[in-house]
Amino acid sequence: MSTVDVVVTGLGATTPLGGDVASTWDAMLAGRSGVTPLTQEWAGQLPVRIAAQLAVEPIEVIERVKLRRMDRAEAMALIAAKEAWADSGLADSGLDPERLAVSYGTGIGGAITTLDQDDILEKSGPRRVSPHTVPMLMPNGPAAYIGLELGARAGVRAMASACATGAEAVALGLDLIRAGRADVVVAGSTEAVVHPLPLAGFASMRAMSTRNDEPEKASRPWDKNRDGFVLGEGAGALILERADHAAARGARIYARLAGAGITSDGYDIVQPDPECRGGIRAMRMAIQDAGLTGADIHHVNAHATSTPVGDMGEIKGIKASVGTHPILTSTKSMSGHLLGAAGALESIATILALRDGIIPPTINLDEPDERLDLEVAAHKARSADIRAAMNNSFGFGGHNVALIFTKA
Amino acid sequence: MATRTEITSGLAEILEEVAGVNPDDVAEEKSFTDDLDVDSLSMVEVVVAAEEKFGVKIPDNEVQNLKTVGDAVSYIEANH
Repeated sequence: MSTVDVVVTGLGATTPLGGDVASTWDAMLAGRSGVTPLTQEWAGQLPVRIAAQLAVEPIEVIERVKLRRMDRAEAMALIAAKEAWADSGLADSGLDPERLAVSYGTGIGGAITTLDQDDILEKSGPRRVSPHTVPMLMPNGPAAYIGLELGARAGVRAMASACATGAEAVALGLDLIRAGRADVVVAGSTEAVVHPLPLAGFASMRAMSTRNDEPEKASRPWDKNRDGFVLGEGAGALILERADHAAARGARIYARLAGAGITSDGYDIVQPDPECRGGIRAMRMAIQDAGLTGADIHHVNAHATSTPVGDMGEIKGIKASVGTHPILTSTKSMSGHLLGAAGALESIATILALRDGIIPPTINLDEPDERLDLEVAAHKARSADIRAAMNNSFGFGGHNVALIFTKA
Repeated sequence: MATRTEITSGLAEILEEVAGVNPDDVAEEKSFTDDLDVDSLSMVEVVVAAEEKFGVKIPDNEVQNLKTVGDAVSYIEANH
């Protein structure tokens, strides 16, 4: 347990449920699905023809010439970070740029740029490849663009740990502030890979739902009839701030980031450990780091992606590390799986659940898997007096991250 | 054979597309970097688009001599 307190003073997001945090949160509480049919011509030949695509296109927010020099993942990151920054009120606070860091990742990076520019290379030759290609495809691009926009000079860190990226970037932000390397960290992640190649790759792994005729029902964590995850795109950003720094400027505080746990499985490159051993260690580590016990955790925003194996392993893990009392939800039932950005969006949902005392629902949980023996906020948002909550994220490669947020 | 005016307005279209330059600001005496704020990467895009539009080849070692819009117009006029 650290003596340095870290709080969350700003939130930003652009997601399949809304172009900002408020609209995303409203959609979650209303139990809306962001999953829609893919109407692009290329989708016709794919086994998976559904995805959760952005509610508001970046071109509606970012000026055209600026946007054409950015990968979609970078544009989304910038939109989320700018909202979070404005929300924090730090812009006019006189913050020393050398005390402002960025910890921001992406699971896959500028894949759409890579693929589009490769098409140009094949069709028109090397001279036609855009001079903006490299800064668009590099995986540190989203973090770097945020740092550039906000003038951050305490280092720009770019995390990459697949579907645990967002949560791990938040955990790194916590470490940076605790270690005294920054007073404020813009943390989060972005993902934009709604493109036939990543879709085909995940589909070939048989990891995705093929419920093409019922897009809104395709993402159904813990339901008996779940058949894989639904790909989503989006970005989320959190402003993490040293608590005394936030207090000194009278900042509005959403929640405290009380602890984090990071482990790796050493089990398989993509298969989750069915016993969730690495997940259990991460959850226990986070709870201990927060100075709490399992009994203190009232709510878990689970990783639960709607895959047959992963969803149930996590249930075992939560029971072993937290207990049988917390109320669970998987907001992926509505947002789809934002891959690298999932941990950022779900941290935001966890924080707002604490703030408002409402757990967003898990939609489509019509016939719970008989092994699901924990309480889930199924179908409808549920009021609950939550003092402390956990957000789990697990990623290909065997990355496990648990974050603990407590009420401000 | 395009006239100087036609080449200038063609360049203005390209500059608007790749660098967001207002076409009304494009004139022969304007410097790409100093007046129109075209950075080096955008200049590469302008050159490639101009090659396509006017059917010319603009070698890299020639690009550094194209300081103003007029320089580019003259090069395109002489070589297309």
